[in-house]
Amino acid sequence: MTKGLGNGILSGATGLLCLFLIMPTLIVAPISFTQTDFITFPPRGFSGRWYEAFFERPEWYGSLITSTMVAVVTTLLATLLGSMIALGLARLPRRANRLVSFFFLLPMIVPTIITAAALYSPFAKLGLVATVPGLVLAHTILALPFVVINVSAVAQSMDWRMVNAARSLGATPLVAFLRVTLPVLAPGIAAGAIFAFLTSFDEVVVALFVSGSGATTLPVQMWSGIRFEISPIVAAASCLLLVVSCLLLALFWFLKRK
Amino acid sequence: MSARLRSAVPAALILPGFLLVAGLFVWPVAQLVATSFGDRAGALVHYVKIFTEPTYLRVVGRTLLLSAQTAMLCVLLGYPLAYQLNRAGGIGKAVILVCILIPFWTNLLVRTYGWIILLNPQGVINGVLRQLGLIEGAVPLVYNTTGVLIGMTQIMLPYMVLPLAAVMSRLDPAVMRAARSLGASPAQAFLKVYVPLTLPGVLGGFLLVFMLSLGFFVVPAILGGPRDLLLAQLIEFNINQTLNWPFAAALSTVLLAATVTLYWIGDRFFGLGRLWGAR
Repeated sequence: MTKGLGNGILSGATGLLCLFLIMPTLIVAPISFTQTDFITFPPRGFSGRWYEAFFERPEWYGSLITSTMVAVVTTLLATLLGSMIALGLARLPRRANRLVSFFFLLPMIVPTIITAAALYSPFAKLGLVATVPGLVLAHTILALPFVVINVSAVAQSMDWRMVNAARSLGATPLVAFLRVTLPVLAPGIAAGAIFAFLTSFDEVVVALFVSGSGATTLPVQMWSGIRFEISPIVAAASCLLLVVSCLLLALFWFLKRK
Repeated sequence: MSARLRSAVPAALILPGFLLVAGLFVWPVAQLVATSFGDRAGALVHYVKIFTEPTYLRVVGRTLLLSAQTAMLCVLLGYPLAYQLNRAGGIGKAVILVCILIPFWTNLLVRTYGWIILLNPQGVINGVLRQLGLIEGAVPLVYNTTGVLIGMTQIMLPYMVLPLAAVMSRLDPAVMRAARSLGASPAQAFLKVYVPLTLPGVLGGFLLVFMLSLGFFVVPAILGGPRDLLLAQLIEFNINQTLNWPFAAALSTVLLAATVTLYWIGDRFFGLGRLWGAR
């Protein structure tokens, strides 16, 4: 009797907690299809006018293009450098491994507001403020830890004797790498790449400091949208970001299950 | 391959990334820390200001308090959720996991904006409460400390639940059965066996949430009111509004020291590094 009651309370609490977690995320979807000029709930009418507005106003779709460009280049760069680091780490002795790993985790541990403040003056000196290369470099640093973590996880558990076996059977180092090491590491590299993309695509704080009229990312545009614009265009942008996140999450799950 | 060449391989693989992080991250942060001590009036003037002037002490205190409250709420809400996530099977588990992971993977600004839609005076929650006749007017839920706390808790909750559920799943169910067969009531078994065995996960999660909350900027800036200034906002204010770089650098150094210390403690005693990686 008491057990049933306890389970009932626990299930009820779980339902409420799930609602608490998911509500603020999903609420942007119905709001984005409203016909009105301001946010109302329940939304009145059904129209795609805020999506049209999003793709007509250059400050909005332009920021989407900038964000995509920065995120794609960041992903390539961070995945390449991060995978190399993870491969190097796997061959280091334990103590050195811990120390070097900690070094590469630093950009994840240090609060982004500090990274943003620290990068500002060197970026100004190098002429990187408000440029796409500047954003790519900053985001690559922030994304690197996630690639290192994900590739290392696979590299640490990999049986390196397989590579030796391939070599002793006559494979050149390059062939052994391409046909043995790389396929084994592939899931970790893919997971790292997804995190790198998301890190860059979603990043606000550093972008607020190092982007400008020359290169504004979508999160920065949303930041000013939320603070200075009441129109549901922010809801439309939010809904687009939500779709991207869901697709990436689905891809991640698919890769994990394989 | 000679031994020397073999030991050169890891170094060559790590070097490009090392140069990038050292040159464009570690060096600039070190420069920032150095700036904070570089005042002609004395190396510590800015630190004395932070820790003696009531205005700044209040900001430090408020940041610590809000981070602790967020972490506490995450423990209280996260424990039952992690427990249920670990126990549920099939569809139940999938639903809980989706409810945790979709927000976790969605842009912070989207969720913060979602909270504004839900919590503002004309928003969804106040509307529902008015419809039910429970209130007249509106309950102030956003642009104040309440709003920041609600938003922060929702954003930090996955950082608590996912590692905690991992700790719970590693717990051998036979331990609980043994406690029951030795005469413990379900409540006793839970309180005296289950809770102590999952405590490291709780403490690790608390530290992780507390540490991440200390440096939060976006959520307090949007959901908070003008009177709820936190450390990260004060840093931004001193850089962009008053252009007081040395003072901003000192504030950054305080935040940095607190964060790195907490990470070190967390990693040493609770394996924080491993907990963090669990998505």
